[in-house]
Amino acid sequence: MGMTFAEKILAKKSGLSQVKPGDVVTVEPDRVMSHDNAASIIKLFKSIGVERVWNADKIVIILDHAVPAPTDKHALNHKEIREFVKEQGIKNFYDTDSDGGVCHQVFCEEGFALPGHLILGSDSHTCTYGAFGAFSTGIGRSEMAAIWAVGRIWLRVPESIRIELEGEFPQGVYAKDLILRIIGDLGADGADYRSVEFSGSAVKDMSISDRMTLCNMVIEMGAKNGVIEPDDKILSYLDGIAKSEFEIVKADPDAFYERVLRYDLSKIEPLVAKPHGVDNVLPVREVRGVRINQAFIGTCTNGRIEDLRIAARLLKGRRIAKGVRLIVIPASWRVYKQALREGVLEILIDSGAIIAPPGCGPCMGNHLGILAPGEVCISTANRNFKGRMGNPESEIYLASPATVAVSALMGFIADPREVL
Amino acid sequence: MRIKGRVWKYGDDVNTDVIFPGKYTYTVSDPNEMARHALEDLDPSFAKEAKPGDVIVAGKNFGCGSSREQAATCLKALGIGAVIAKSFARIFYRNAINQGLPVVQCSAIYDLIDKGEEIEIDLDEGKIFSQKGVFSFPLLPEFVRGIIEDGGLIPHIRKRLGKV
Repeated sequence: MGMTFAEKILAKKSGLSQVKPGDVVTVEPDRVMSHDNAASIIKLFKSIGVERVWNADKIVIILDHAVPAPTDKHALNHKEIREFVKEQGIKNFYDTDSDGGVCHQVFCEEGFALPGHLILGSDSHTCTYGAFGAFSTGIGRSEMAAIWAVGRIWLRVPESIRIELEGEFPQGVYAKDLILRIIGDLGADGADYRSVEFSGSAVKDMSISDRMTLCNMVIEMGAKNGVIEPDDKILSYLDGIAKSEFEIVKADPDAFYERVLRYDLSKIEPLVAKPHGVDNVLPVREVRGVRINQAFIGTCTNGRIEDLRIAARLLKGRRIAKGVRLIVIPASWRVYKQALREGVLEILIDSGAIIAPPGCGPCMGNHLGILAPGEVCISTANRNFKGRMGNPESEIYLASPATVAVSALMGFIADPREVL
Repeated sequence: MRIKGRVWKYGDDVNTDVIFPGKYTYTVSDPNEMARHALEDLDPSFAKEAKPGDVIVAGKNFGCGSSREQAATCLKALGIGAVIAKSFARIFYRNAINQGLPVVQCSAIYDLIDKGEEIEIDLDEGKIFSQKGVFSFPLLPEFVRGIIEDGGLIPHIRKRLGKV
């Protein structure tokens, strides 16, 4: 019997010829990633009593959750991280400067997300790197501190689900709508502890940005990781920027999947996830007319140049509705500069949007757009949990950049096909 | 290891944002202060009234969402004895083990148990004792129980490295 992607890579990394779901393996990661929570990981690491990290070159730290620091506590966290990376010789450190941005975006742009690599991050959206053929998943702070100390971690070999994608998106429908459809169908725990492999002809046609959106959100149905087999598009993207050598790992054709699901992209329509669950998915037309106070375009899910271009195309020469705040946060400074060069930012600003510095912003309620009680936000982010954007009496709808842009234009939730 | 306490009962998909709100993740670092915010956006009475040893009984997918370990730390610091759920989200599951907070996967108890009932869990036997009967659950692997018994991953690693 052949092995799935997850089985194959976990066997390889643990030096075994064969593993099966449920086996526990011990592995050394190829790379580990942390963000602002490195500050508390440092304290845990120091409490272990080990002087030096196991391998400074394998540790990447990217500040993004609250940059520039909004409070003195955040500032102190950042300061402690700066001191630690200096002391330990950690060179892969992205501070509050124009090399930075949202950790997952920067990690990929900088060529750390590589095919066949095993990557762990102290953030649940670490699963994004599966878009490049990596096995990547989120872990907690204690586990990251333990890896920094001993360079190893135990992982359970997950069962696998394959999702085959065929067909083309209709106008106004995007990868975000597709992943919302899948999460809505499977439920918030539909892929709990599973490895999700996306395949099919439609994946090959997808941009890297769209692939990142798909893999980014698999955690919202409980998955351990999401992955797409790397193709020429990925290899040419990585040409010259890959931070180290890599070897592609592919699932065997005769591997066993717990479930195989098929989606025809031409049947997907614009969708939203209603408050307060990501699997609470409905067609936009069924919630059309819900008044919004804020619209947010950004995050590791949908803050890339492709997303900003979609918004700009819809908002060009138009003005957003009175009383609506449109907050745009490019996912990285690289994206920001590209959007500046293309005139995308000017179009957005002319429409009434404000542009905030790259980072996570209000996504998990840290800063730059916290909601008031009773307010409604439509967002391109990945979570709409109660209180997520800072207030438990506010409501968050999740949607594609097109749906968010058009909703900002109308002042209420609206279908992008109305304007396209 | 035995745990005895009263039941706090919640539904499916209790996520990490309602267990420990994101707005506190970089401003609250003392475990005792974390405990005061436990389940704040789900049940504001919980952190005020829960007593050491009390047990959370929940539906499926407990702890879904963020990787924030504070979701486990705040429950542990409040003295919660264990979380029993139909199923757990994987990062929370690992974080709970790494904080020395016992996690018990058991569906059978959910519909039969009510809030406020006294129960007792035997982690080594894989049994929950209650007025309504005895429920079995699969034992955690021995090395995982070892992490919980050592009080979490950091004390466990210290012990392994001979730093204690």
